[in-house]
Amino acid sequence: MSPASSEEALLEAVADTSRRRVLDLLLAHGKVTPTALAAELPFTRQAVTKHLAVLDRAGLVESTRQGREVRYSIRPEHLDIAVRAMAEIAARWDARLEAIKRMAESEATARRSDEYAAVVRAAASGRRRRAASLPAAHNR
Amino acid sequence: MCAVIPSQIEREILIEAPIDVVWRVVTEPDQIKQWFSEEAELDPREGGNGRLAFGEGQTFYLQIEAFEAPRRFAFRWVHPEGTKARPDNSMLVEFTLQPEAGNTRLRVVESGFDKIDWADEKKVKYLADHSRGWEFFLGRLRDFAPRAGAARPQ
Repeated sequence: MSPASSEEALLEAVADTSRRRVLDLLLAHGKVTPTALAAELPFTRQAVTKHLAVLDRAGLVESTRQGREVRYSIRPEHLDIAVRAMAEIAARWDARLEAIKRMAESEATARRSDEYAAVVRAAASGRRRRAASLPAAHNR
Repeated sequence: MCAVIPSQIEREILIEAPIDVVWRVVTEPDQIKQWFSEEAELDPREGGNGRLAFGEGQTFYLQIEAFEAPRRFAFRWVHPEGTKARPDNSMLVEFTLQPEAGNTRLRVVESGFDKIDWADEKKVKYLADHSRGWEFFLGRLRDFAPRAGAARPQ
């Protein structure tokens, strides 16, 4: 799978969560205070702070104190590692599902041809039984 | 590109095979060894344990969260050996099978990525080490594909 298509696959897989919106705003604005983020989001400042704490624990954002204000910004190097790892993991699931598909379809095909063979055998033995019990005029 | 971390990965595929065939490929250790890991052991019940080995001593322990034939199979993995899997130390993998006019829609969701500390190099490496399984798997796929391809109706 090419890097471009696994990135597309990753984006497809992105769930529209509140944290995603916080990350989006941080990407757009650079260094931002929780209050400024809350002004642009439909959640409270407390909720924004909680999301930032989760992102901070994940190593995806960092905070800097300027006087009484704390400003948050993205840690691009970690975001990049995360996105690449996620794309890799997503591509791996795609390939595993493809393999499951091949195996199951191959098994289903084998089963259908076994069933077909059984039907043909049953039909053939039915003809033989009829051939043994019916007058010759009725046989083909 | 707007680079954002999803908390989960979701994938699905339509398989032209009955649900019981797909269920066996997904859950039977002998079959798992053909699409996933080099070694596979599974105690197939909710609360059961399992083990997947990917060669080079790379082993993951599974904790089965759901085993409801033929529709749902879920396990936690990536937690350290000997520890109980919890939402904060493991990833959850859920397979869902849905019959569709004699075929099967297979969906897989791996979740828990929002709990990973991406700044912790050891953890990220541990996660990325899944990729050994990936290389192993690609080799297997190449071996398997011509056979499976030959058996498919064209």
